[in-house]
Amino acid sequence: METYYHPHDLSKFAEMGKGNKELWEKFIGYYSAVFAEGALSEREKALIALGVAHAVQCPYCIDAYTQTCLEKGSNMEEMTEAVHVACAIRGGSSLVHGVQMRNVVDKLSM
Amino acid sequence: MGLTLVSRKEPLASSREQMNRLAAAKTCPPFEEKLTAAGLQPLHATGITVFQINVGKFCNQTCRHCHVDAGPERTEQMTRETAELCISVLSQTGIPTVDITGGAPELNPNFRWLVEQARALGRHVMDRCNLTVLLLKPQAGLAEFLASNRVEVVASLPYFQSSQTDAQRGDGVFEKSVLAMQMLNRLGYGVGGSGLALNLVYNPVGAFLPAKQDAAEAKFRRELSRRHGVTFNHLYTITNMPISRFLEFLIESGNYEGYMERLANAFNPAAAAGVMCRYTLSVGWEGTLYDCDFNQMLDLPLGNGAPRHIRDFDPARLNTRRIVTANHCYGCTAGSGSSCGGAVT
Repeated sequence: METYYHPHDLSKFAEMGKGNKELWEKFIGYYSAVFAEGALSEREKALIALGVAHAVQCPYCIDAYTQTCLEKGSNMEEMTEAVHVACAIRGGSSLVHGVQMRNVVDKLSM
Repeated sequence: MGLTLVSRKEPLASSREQMNRLAAAKTCPPFEEKLTAAGLQPLHATGITVFQINVGKFCNQTCRHCHVDAGPERTEQMTRETAELCISVLSQTGIPTVDITGGAPELNPNFRWLVEQARALGRHVMDRCNLTVLLLKPQAGLAEFLASNRVEVVASLPYFQSSQTDAQRGDGVFEKSVLAMQMLNRLGYGVGGSGLALNLVYNPVGAFLPAKQDAAEAKFRRELSRRHGVTFNHLYTITNMPISRFLEFLIESGNYEGYMERLANAFNPAAAAGVMCRYTLSVGWEGTLYDCDFNQMLDLPLGNGAPRHIRDFDPARLNTRRIVTANHCYGCTAGSGSSCGGAVT
């Protein structure tokens, strides 16, 4: 079936280096450093990435970080909670803008 | 509980069919190419420190990932005569460790004799135990037997929760496994200072690589203690091998090519250098010799002029034998590596 996103395209990610090798290498170096064990464990970082993947709705990131989370030892409960965190922040960010709406209503109303 | 590939008459019950599938994988180069690039081809043994005896395919469980295609309807069992040949060979060598596996090895009528003989020779004995076998009524006293013979118990437990464990090993297996581990703990297994080792084996419940061994061990230790008061010594992480029933799962779920690609991309030269076949000799229920239990299930006996049966055991020709490899070997060389003793690196 024709679709805009193809799972196998993820393996072509490195082809982005063909357009600008220097920027690609800087990005990959930074990316690798970000996900290395640090103050946060690799497992914790993978769960954050999974949540962010859902927030930005990147299908490649969802595929990649679902697998990574499993391989870092996370389970379905933990991964589901990470997605709920993303959902809560996305939903909350909409709802908190209701304050702006209320401010405008207050200003316009008698 | 499911049925074995053999009893379902599935084409994948044939080792030839499995080898054809492995050779036809589109997403990985031939394993030997990776070995060559790592400077390890041809791969040779470095000696024999583990004498692994597979006493047969009979088991009280039919786990979905089983590389043996073991189950209650399998009848292949090592005879006393072949077991005696194994003990005779052991007595002529200084091989320190005897690793007994199956099937459920304890269900072989010669299991206890084999354990006692190996212990009488002063060898360290490991029992690859599915835990539930310890609760079978005809096996009463089995845990006590293992303890009195100071046998190391290497027990399969893919997760500290029932959902994942039962999905892989069958309904109700987790609950019984907990009871069995609690029984072993009461006998001193997994308890500091007892000298009785209870080590757990974790296989991923699906088409992905295992977590890092130390991190997984810490999590299992915390959760099994908190939820069930169970203690153990170590957790070994083992990668699922793309053969037999796990291969069937991979193909049916559409994960086969992706899994082979994942294994090949994660090829680790350091893990390849330390694979268990380099220090293990595997004996099949008929006495045939193999480099490992996986080669055994694929009917890949020792090659390149090495003796092929336990009756022809010759350490001079076995200690540096050339290892027989194929694409399934990616399972042992991915990531941190995988062996019967867990991660390699």
